[in-house]
Formats: sequence, structure tokens, C-alpha cells
Amino acid sequence: MARLVGAVCTSHIPAIGHAIARGIEHEAYWQPFFAGYPRAREWLTAAAPDVAIVVYNDHGLNFFLDKMPTFAVGAAREYRNADEGWGLPTTAPYSGDPDLSWHIIESLMAQEFDVTSCQEMLVDHAFTVPLALLWPSRSQPLRTVPVCLNTIQHPLPSPMRCYKLGQAIGRAIAAYPQELRTVMIGTGGLSHQLDGQRAGFINKEFDLMCLEKIVSDPLALAQYTIRDLVRLAGTQGVEIISWLVARGSLDDHAVKVHSHYHIPVSNTAAGLMVLENAA
Amino acid sequence: MTPTINPQNRPVTAAVETPPCVIPGTYLFDGTLALKGYALNKMCYSFNEAANRAAFLEDEDGYCARFGLNDEQRDAVRRRDVLALLEAGGNVYYLAKFTGIFGLGVQDIGAQQTGMSVEAFRAKLQAAAT
Repeated sequence: MARLVGAVCTSHIPAIGHAIARGIEHEAYWQPFFAGYPRAREWLTAAAPDVAIVVYNDHGLNFFLDKMPTFAVGAAREYRNADEGWGLPTTAPYSGDPDLSWHIIESLMAQEFDVTSCQEMLVDHAFTVPLALLWPSRSQPLRTVPVCLNTIQHPLPSPMRCYKLGQAIGRAIAAYPQELRTVMIGTGGLSHQLDGQRAGFINKEFDLMCLEKIVSDPLALAQYTIRDLVRLAGTQGVEIISWLVARGSLDDHAVKVHSHYHIPVSNTAAGLMVLENAA
Repeated sequence: MTPTINPQNRPVTAAVETPPCVIPGTYLFDGTLALKGYALNKMCYSFNEAANRAAFLEDEDGYCARFGLNDEQRDAVRRRDVLALLEAGGNVYYLAKFTGIFGLGVQDIGAQQTGMSVEAFRAKLQAAAT
């Protein structure tokens, strides 16, 4: 049977991808951020997942406003990255796991999550930057299942709905008959706002509370509304809903392995959380 | 006999209608803005492709006309004015592909929207750490 080993939640800021591409991780601006990641990689090496289920939000690479799914699940053999328009180098394609994708889609539909399935799906920086942070050499074969949340056009899915989506994904994995090790990756956040006169908004106190509650009391976070999150974490701080999907997939008693927090990376408060599932 | 209210039969209107967003300095990109900004965002979405970015630089008026931008949107594009683009229905993720053409990143547009220098905007972000 498939097993979910845990979850890694991390920011996905494009500037991180630029820093990696330019090889400047050790420069003074970047070192305090990148210093958080060796421990996460170490845990992943030991946990040895075969498949990463990557929960993220598209920023206008794959989806436009003509058709905007709330929850979209990739069901392809391969996922390509592409030019996003502002200069981030593109990465090599990522392998999919169509069998697991279709199992998750079937299971989610049976659990009344009416998801959009995608046999072609470009993955943007919110997918590629976390994978580059967590598996920099790409020396191990890793298959992926992208799960994309709409954070562009309101109404967005509520934090509670996202937490419950995670619970449903957790049940889907537990019911998958193949011997397989899986890990959930939740990307985005923490507090930041790119647009409006309030651009540059960061809320350290709220972020630190989230880093605590995502471990011990995720329902406390799931009870916020999207508008609460916009007010408290900024318009793009709502991306923490991806963390709630990841957390929802785990056992209630999942334990924290590691966390890291750094202000600022570009316009954003950067967060990292590694959670191990109960045995 | 007094009729009892069955919660199952309550009209759902109250639960689904949301009041306008009133967070200062914040644009909530909802249906109203998505409708208003569709042409502008569609043009910006096209800038994922290098050939389209080049075509815009080659003939800005012609490119904007092809996507049917209205006068407000055309003027905001001409001025590279992010707040005006947001007012005109632009979404920041698509707008980033437009500002990227001119090498403007999120810190540049953050500075522009807050009326600060880029250095002052960066300092404000650093200060959030303390």
C-alpha cells in the first residue's frame, strides 16, 4: 500500500529561482534564507519518496481567466515548465505518475471534490522553485502529481475547503494499492502583497502564529476566511491555503521535523515547514 | 401552530453574498474586476511568449488595439502605471508579465505603487523583520 511520509511546505518566490540560476546562494542577502534548506533535504533523502504531490497556485502560465478551475489535478506523463515572461530560466520537464493521478482524481470525485483533470499542464515557478530547493541535483528519479489551486480570481476556495481537500488526498493515498512512498509539498506564502498602495505588507506576528498552528492546530488556521487572510497576510499571503492542503493530508499527530523563517526574500516573508507523518 | 424554521430550508442568499472588500490599498480581484480587465489581462497573458513581447515593443498601439483595450487601459499601459492598471481591471500576476518587458520586477512596481524609491521600499521590507 502507498504511504504518505510527510509534508514539506515552502515559499516559492521567483527571486529564489533567479538566485539558484545565478549561483549566489552564499551571498549575504541569500545565505540566511538558503540556510534553512539542508535539513529539509536531509529529511527527504531519508524519507525517500517516489512521488511528490505538489500543491501550488498557477500565476498565469497555464491558466487564464477564460477557464479558471478552483482545483486542478495533473494527469500527465510529463509536466513542462515554460517562459513566464519575466526572465526566469526554464527547467527540464518533470515526470508524472498518471496512474496515481487518476487514482487521486477518482478518489476525490468519490469524496465529492469535483476537480478538473489536466492531461497537459505547464507548471510555473510555484512548482519548480520548491522542487529546485528541495531536490537541487535532481539525481534521484522523482515522479510528481501537480495539484493547482486558484488564487488569482476571487472567490478562492476557503481555507477550510482546502484543509478538507488535503484530508481527502490523504485518504486517496492511503487507499492506493501500489507499494509507493509519497510526500506532499505545499508551496507559497508566507505574508506578502505585491499589488496596491499596500504593496510590501508583511506580518511577522501572524506568520509565526501560522508556523506554530500549522503543526499543532491547523483547524485554527482553516477557520479564517480568505478575506481574513488577505487582511492579515496580504493579497498573496492567501497562498498559505496550499500549506493547509498539505497539512490536511497528514495524520492529526504529525510531528514537526524542522522549520525556518526569514524576512525578506524579495517582497515576501519566506517560510519552511517539514512535517513527518505519524508512523 | 407556530411554524418552525428548518435550517435546511433557509435561503442561501445571505451565505453566498459577500460585501465589497474594504482593505485599504488592496484590490481584491473578483468577478467585477475580472470582467472589467479581461482584454488587458488577456494581452498581458500573451506576454508569456517572447515573440509577443517583441511584437508589443515593435508596435504598441497596434498590439493594444488587437486585444481591444479600452481608453482607460490604453492610457495606463502607455504610462506603465501599475495602480492605474489595477484600477482598469488588471491582475498583478498578468501585469507582472507586462512590467517584465521593461525589466521592472516586483520591488520596482512595489516602489512605484507606494510612491517610494526602490531603496526605501527595500528598507521597508527589511524593517518588517524586526
